[in-house]
Amino acid sequence: MSTANIDLMDEMGHDDHDHHEQGFLSKYIFSTDHKTIAKQFLISGIIWAIIGGLLSVVFRLQLGFPDMDMAWLRPILGEWINIDAATGMGKLDTEFYLALVTMHGTIMVFFVLTAGLSGTFSNFLIPLQIGARDMASGFMNMLSYWFFFASSAIMFISFFISTGPASGSWVIYPPLSALPQSMSGAGLGMTLWLVAMALFIVSTLLGGINYIATVINLRTDGMSFTKLPLTIWAFFLTAIIGLLSFPVLLSAALLLILDRSFGTSFFLSEIYIGGEALPNMGGSPILFQHLFWFLGHPEVYIVLLPSLGITSEIIATNSRKPIFGYKAMIGSMMGIAILSFVVWAHHMFVTGMNPFAGSIFMLLTLIIAVPSAIKAFNYITTLWKGNIIFTPAMMFSIGLVSFFISGGVTGIFLGNAALDIQLHDTYFVTAHFHLVMGSAAFFGMIAGVYHWFPKMFGRMMNRKLGYIHFWTSFIGIYLIFFPMHYIGIAGFPRRYYSFTNFDAFSTFTDLNAFISIAAIATFAAQLIFVFNFFYSIFKGRRATKNPWNSTTLEWTTPIEPGHGNWPGAIPKVYRWPYDLSKPGAKEDFIMQDVPYAETPESNLPHEQELAGLEDKGDNTIKVD
Amino acid sequence: MQNLLLGASVVVALVVLFMIYKLATLISVAKGSKTDQEASSNNVNAVLMLAFLIIGGVAATWSAIAYFDLYNLPVASEHGVKTDSMFWITMWITGAAFVITHILLFYFSFKYRYKKDATALYYPDNHKLELIWTIVPAVVLTILVGYGLTVWNEITDKAPEQAEVVEIMGAQFAWRVRYPGADNALGKYDYRKIDDSNAFGMDLSDKNSHDDFVPREIHLPKGKPVLLKIRARDVLHSVFLPQFRVKMDAVPGMPTQFWFVPTKSTADMRAETGNPDFNYELACTEICGSGHYAMRMIVVVDEPADYEEWKKSQQTWLAQNPEYLSQVPEELQEVAMLSAGIEENESKDSSL
Repeated sequence: MSTANIDLMDEMGHDDHDHHEQGFLSKYIFSTDHKTIAKQFLISGIIWAIIGGLLSVVFRLQLGFPDMDMAWLRPILGEWINIDAATGMGKLDTEFYLALVTMHGTIMVFFVLTAGLSGTFSNFLIPLQIGARDMASGFMNMLSYWFFFASSAIMFISFFISTGPASGSWVIYPPLSALPQSMSGAGLGMTLWLVAMALFIVSTLLGGINYIATVINLRTDGMSFTKLPLTIWAFFLTAIIGLLSFPVLLSAALLLILDRSFGTSFFLSEIYIGGEALPNMGGSPILFQHLFWFLGHPEVYIVLLPSLGITSEIIATNSRKPIFGYKAMIGSMMGIAILSFVVWAHHMFVTGMNPFAGSIFMLLTLIIAVPSAIKAFNYITTLWKGNIIFTPAMMFSIGLVSFFISGGVTGIFLGNAALDIQLHDTYFVTAHFHLVMGSAAFFGMIAGVYHWFPKMFGRMMNRKLGYIHFWTSFIGIYLIFFPMHYIGIAGFPRRYYSFTNFDAFSTFTDLNAFISIAAIATFAAQLIFVFNFFYSIFKGRRATKNPWNSTTLEWTTPIEPGHGNWPGAIPKVYRWPYDLSKPGAKEDFIMQDVPYAETPESNLPHEQELAGLEDKGDNTIKVD
Repeated sequence: MQNLLLGASVVVALVVLFMIYKLATLISVAKGSKTDQEASSNNVNAVLMLAFLIIGGVAATWSAIAYFDLYNLPVASEHGVKTDSMFWITMWITGAAFVITHILLFYFSFKYRYKKDATALYYPDNHKLELIWTIVPAVVLTILVGYGLTVWNEITDKAPEQAEVVEIMGAQFAWRVRYPGADNALGKYDYRKIDDSNAFGMDLSDKNSHDDFVPREIHLPKGKPVLLKIRARDVLHSVFLPQFRVKMDAVPGMPTQFWFVPTKSTADMRAETGNPDFNYELACTEICGSGHYAMRMIVVVDEPADYEEWKKSQQTWLAQNPEYLSQVPEELQEVAMLSAGIEENESKDSSL
């Protein structure tokens, strides 16, 4: 047992005879309890998701109905709606359109699908599933949330400044992001963006170090790496990827800050703008892109892997079958984690990068499709001959697999440098990553909420509303992004305020309107979830101890686990997490803390041998 | 538009109403027999999975056929024909994987839905199976990579010597083009020499620049290799010629290039598309500011003879801006006037 654990035991001791109630501030606000921090991340993530979604609704209105009178938005958006003096028609400001796109991307990628997803589930599940009382450092964990909160506050404030939020797209390529004279969003808005992201990176690193340390050091007795649930493997690898890649983004951001405010020329060279030639020489905008995508690509997997881990767990549990190819799943996640670091420049095939480098990155990029394919096949095989229970979590997981495949196959086009020439920066890319990383990761996150809600709040979410939420979201997302491929193949560029200037892009007005309607409806459907979530926290049906008949350790805790998670000793682990529907077993699941000695009827020959070696006596000795 | 907006708000209102309705029924749901309800909704969801597969499959197929003419952009370059055929080969391969996996995913979801007496099969792994679906994608991808690399290397190979050189420069928010003129060599430039008239920052001490001309449209010869020399003046831009399957970023401080062979003249394309107003267009595909969506320039592909004629008819930049003769070094001025095509007295007037 490590020292961190012992500290917590002391704390628990205090609770026993001293006071049972912590103050409001230390229990709900500056909490060091991983479960509370997880909920803080989750609720912040939900709020950000609503904001990010609303932004997309506004720009989808512009794209779907370019002739619409937007004057009615003036009470909210104020000067960003330009009123035509002659007609009285309200038009979305062209630059604010770009700000909307930028902030939508930033919020969804970082604040929702990184902080909201990893922050929630890594925090919540790592200690509970590996059998630890809390994170390795509860204090760092708390800091991680509050850095995220500060970052969120600054990003949010940037909406309310007169020059508007950052508007150079979420990839913030200089010189556009470096020169305030290039667009108004490159002024204070960009500064706030960079400060917010710097704080965000600090938050991510604090969290990531904690996740890694916890998984390595605080696993309970018997919980070897080969007995870890796939969720933990996913969170662990995600944290490692984040730890290695986020600092590179921080360095890029710092160099950009130097270029912006201190006259350096890391990314600037030979620029004539606003009627003057700037003195900067010798910098390279391409350097920034390399640094950005060195994070930016692993970031895709930072977003996706936790969802894949969550899905593995949910699909196995609800198919009542072991996950097919447990070791292959770990292997492919490791493969993805490693390869994610050597494919970044496939975002840069047509930036003027040396074509030979393009060839190398193309080769590596298409290799990463192999472990991804293995994962998809393994999910499908897990369903095969299962006894599938469609909980809302299960349905969202199946939805994730579908998005993962649909968005994955288009990656094979984009990873091919020769095809990327035409498809790069078109709606084909938008459709691709919104399916494979946006929607898939989002579905994993939602699935996780439905699945672990009983553990988080001791109550169940409403099933029927969950089903309605699933079908409207699932169909809605396909209605948005499937047609978007057509628009992309036709060459429509991304980040265009309107397409009417070009003959080539003047088609598809009906399809764009259709996509916008689908997007608004899908957004509206998310309100069902928001309602279900908050309503069920207070009024949901009381949960049972193990509502999904799952095998992992979190379901051995009390219905509402207190500080320290287990009131008594931490359970010892004897078996892998996927003993579901094991032939001969009394029930269709055997929990991880059940020794082989107690299940002679279902033991496989080599497990029967292990049963003889099990020493039940030290179960209690180790912990106290 | 108001109607559509109204439609959207109706959707929202309906959702809200429904939520209120559910609020009322939530309590009764909790009281009802839990297992029965769950078993029936399980079957409903399983059937819906199958329905989604069928209806979704039909809708996807229908839309792919119905919109084909809209999204299948005509191709007008040599390498574009190759990348297009690779695109469709990739489409068939990945499309097959997409269809098969989706049929399995939803069919299994339906077939193996929960049944009271059924037991799931304890089937933790099968190395042979896993090996197969590792090797098969790997082989297929290797073929695609090999194919892709061949085409990519051809496209990015050195431009032929005799290629027509055209310089394209992106600036907020317009494209500018410069042709090398009679000597077939673009003059040097220096960004510090840029001003309102000298948008390219042409260095007039270089005699190659004297006959360069800066037209309002891009003209290209049909059937001849064209080398685009691309640069940006302020922020990143990206040259995109959709029908030629050409895209390359314009980077300040780092010139880039792309060469290709246009295969259809504007007139050919007007005949092919049946659109008498058809024009090739140059668009920007790298976010560059508020006017990003409006950076358009017309591209005209001429028959080679017409192209040569058009080139001859263009006045040089120096002739259009004779006041810049003063920037030409003394000893080069006479040659400059000759190659720029400036009449003697005209220049006298302006240099006075």
